[in-house]
Amino acid sequence: MNISVESRENNIAVITVSGRVDSASSSDLDNALKEHSETNHIVLDLAGVDFMSSAGLRALVSAKRATAKDKKQTVLVNPSSRVQEVLDLSGLNSVFDTYDTVDIACAIVVS
Amino acid sequence: MGNQSQLTVPGRYDQIRQICQFVVAGAKQAGLDDDAIFQVELACDEACTNVIEHAYGGENRGELDIVWSYDDRAFTITIYDQGKTFDPQSVPQPNLPIVDDPTNLKVGGLGIYFMRKLMDEISYRFDESKGNTLVMRKLLSE
Repeated sequence: MNISVESRENNIAVITVSGRVDSASSSDLDNALKEHSETNHIVLDLAGVDFMSSAGLRALVSAKRATAKDKKQTVLVNPSSRVQEVLDLSGLNSVFDTYDTVDIACAIVVS
Repeated sequence: MGNQSQLTVPGRYDQIRQICQFVVAGAKQAGLDDDAIFQVELACDEACTNVIEHAYGGENRGELDIVWSYDDRAFTITIYDQGKTFDPQSVPQPNLPIVDDPTNLKVGGLGIYFMRKLMDEISYRFDESKGNTLVMRKLLSE
């Protein structure tokens, strides 16, 4: 799994994840999200994630909870078909707003 | 390679990818399609994670033996461990997320929920000498 973080204006952290998010790697994602979720909106680009287990979903939920405490948002961008499948299966598709591009997501979270 | 194969690995999270690769290879050989292979891989990942987390109570406390096999009817994954008894079927259905208050959002039990949803049959037994045995089956298409 690879993670990159880009800080944008208006307190937005764009976090791009690729590869496999499972019980071995989810703690790295969780840490990256924790580092940025207290004071930022999180825009999470999941286009390059080819596998996500429930351990990865827990990291996403944790970020959603943390950003909400500061009246901020955690949103998803272009989840891969396999990520979408686990979101649908878990019911979390109703929890996370999903956008086609990072730029659209960034514009919407601060609007 | 015949229609059965076995893999033994230490009970660590960093071994789960290897287990999944092993199972995926068997599922391909059995003729499952890409969607079914993904579902088998996810169920296997969740099952092995549960063994390490719940049966062993942490990493490096025992081994996982994984056997895949298939016949005309189904692709079968059998997972053996020597941890404490842990029947995934005893875990209640998770409370799926409530969106009204994101600050209180919680999810739990999703792994077992996935196993139940993605596999066609799941059975479990515990034996004092052999430990836990979890069997998960994916039926082959007609």
